[in-house]
Amino acid sequence: MRRSLRESSLAYLLLLPALAIFGVFTFYPFLENFRLALYENPPFPGLPSHYVGLSQVGSVLGSTGFHQSLVSTFLFVIMVVPCGLLGGLALAVAAHQKLAGMSIYRTIFSSTVVSSVAVAAVVFGTLMDPVVGLLPWLGINPTPPILSNPTWALPAVALIAIWQFLGLSFIIMTAGLQSLPEEVLEAARLDGAGGWTMFWRITVPLLSPSLFFGVVVGTIYAFQSFGQIDILIGPQNAAFTHTNVLLYYVYNALSVQNNPGLAAVLSIVLFTILLVLTLVQFRFLERRVHYASD
Amino acid sequence: MASVTFSGVTKRFDDVVAVNALDLEVADGELLVLLGPSGCGKTTALRMVAGLEEVTDGDLAIGDLRVNDLAPKDRDVAMVFQSYALYPHMTVQRNIEFPLKRQGVAAAERSSRVLEAATTLGLDELLERKPGQLSGGQRQRVALARAIVRAPRVFLMDEPLSNLDATLRVQTRSDIVAIQRRLGTTTIYVTHDQVEAMTMGHRIAVMRNGALEQVASPTDLYDRPATAFVASFLGSPGMNLLAATGFTGHDGTPGLRAAGAELPWPDGFSRQPSGDVTLGFRPEAASLGSEGLDARIILVERLGAETHLICSLADGERVVVRQRDRQSSHQISDHVRIRIDTDQIHLFDAESGLRLGEGT
Ligand SMILES: Nc1ncnc2c1ncn2[C@@H]1O[C@H](COP(=O)(O)OP(=O)(O)OP(=O)(O)O)[C@@H](O)[C@H]1O
Ligand SMILES: [Mg+2]
Repeated sequence: MRRSLRESSLAYLLLLPALAIFGVFTFYPFLENFRLALYENPPFPGLPSHYVGLSQVGSVLGSTGFHQSLVSTFLFVIMVVPCGLLGGLALAVAAHQKLAGMSIYRTIFSSTVVSSVAVAAVVFGTLMDPVVGLLPWLGINPTPPILSNPTWALPAVALIAIWQFLGLSFIIMTAGLQSLPEEVLEAARLDGAGGWTMFWRITVPLLSPSLFFGVVVGTIYAFQSFGQIDILIGPQNAAFTHTNVLLYYVYNALSVQNNPGLAAVLSIVLFTILLVLTLVQFRFLERRVHYASD
Repeated sequence: MASVTFSGVTKRFDDVVAVNALDLEVADGELLVLLGPSGCGKTTALRMVAGLEEVTDGDLAIGDLRVNDLAPKDRDVAMVFQSYALYPHMTVQRNIEFPLKRQGVAAAERSSRVLEAATTLGLDELLERKPGQLSGGQRQRVALARAIVRAPRVFLMDEPLSNLDATLRVQTRSDIVAIQRRLGTTTIYVTHDQVEAMTMGHRIAVMRNGALEQVASPTDLYDRPATAFVASFLGSPGMNLLAATGFTGHDGTPGLRAAGAELPWPDGFSRQPSGDVTLGFRPEAASLGSEGLDARIILVERLGAETHLICSLADGERVVVRQRDRQSSHQISDHVRIRIDTDQIHLFDAESGLRLGEGT
């Protein structure tokens, strides 16, 4: 008994650094949010904030800025998740062919996972630049220019997010394809399934665990996209209100508007949306998933 | 319905020769069992018929049609896999229906054919279940139903019973035979279980190292094995094989010397100039007596209806003696003499393993 007590105290001691880091950087800020949300900051920085209870939550949720941000966020997610997943699936299917040199393509396709948001943003920013960019050169040159165009700015940053998500999505789909039961696919070939039927009736259903995982991960990824918008658009941009997704709004509220109360309310809302969406996905989507049982 | 013909069919995987110049004809309506030890190329031969494996060399024909380059779906063959390979996301109904849908069979006919196949295999209560909710034996029957519903020209079955328990295996075995006899569909059935082979096949093809050793009816195979390998592979336990030498006695009568004992040269085998032969006899052709090969019992296996005595000869060779008698009184390390029924002796060439020819 004494020994096990010594052992467990040693275990806690060893866990301490990790717990401390989590505590300081995750648990404490998470809880502090709920406190901050109850305090309103005065319009002029420097004056003390004062307790307003839940009224601030109500006023934020009712504001036009929040509504616009919510719409932008959902549009962004709806563009990024399906395109990223289907793109990754298409690449994975292409790279799944047993051809020489496929490993090179696999490396290329999965490389977006390790490329930084900043680099991707700068590269795409250049491609879309109205003067030196590739897209204008191809004749795609709306006025105002893409990245400050209220209609095109959001799809443009979504495109970058899709591109970045492709790598992870490709890896998830490739892993899924490689673990498909070979004999089931062979049985389907013998039963007369051609390429199209094979893909939609057999491969995709068998791949549903990977697709589901991809949807969950992709949704969270899309909700947390931030870098592209910060680097390419920013609050001075004319199209800003159309690209002000929730996470960016949080950042903006805090560091530009200097309003911790607003930021706290927004991040609680973001957290709630993600939590609810993930639960809904598990509740409804997972029912259609077939985990191999034999 | 159709025959299946292998003419010099070879399959190489890089440097492994899985099937080596196989010549075999499966007759229309026949159930042919492919039997052999693990890794001898049975699955590979079957998969070539299905079109899942390309033929490296030789010709493969179904009916009169050379199918080497025909896609699997155009061969009109159905396969039952060892893993069953059911579609896990479809109900039993849809699993069985799947090949019919691909053939474009109309909905009304589809459901009546599915129901008929399901009823044949006792699955009519389970049509709405998914494979994950079925027992191993039930999954096996769904796989069979999916094969028979198509009424294909050829059935291919790769060890379909090996995942079932002993009782279920015996029952499903007779179900498969009954269905095959009723439908009369040409069937190639792969197994390494010789009881399955003996009880199911019209003929058995024994393979070894990718090549065909012998193809014959079960009784012919048992009674007149063409090689020492076939002799030892068939039967449980297999045939006893001893190194022996032919000699001519003082009076000119030929004889056989094995394990220190002398036997008369058996009828029906031509004499061998070199002298070295392999002597074979089944466990039931041996009995214990007052004369014969000197041996010591090293293991007694009592199986209920019969007893197997595993004996070691003076030079260490093993011999199994089967006794029909339930209460064999023999014990481990008893010294015994083994008498061989000379009418039931088989002789093989010591080098090639081939059965010695008929003659005097
Ligand atoms: N895809 C493959 N690539 C390389 N070698 C293979 C492949 N498939 C089979 N082989 C080899 O070919 C030989 C025959 O294999 P096969 O699966 O036909 O044996 P089998 O008689 O079915 O054995 P078992 O009774 O164990 O199923 C083996 O040596 C095996 O290693
Ligand atoms: Mg096999």
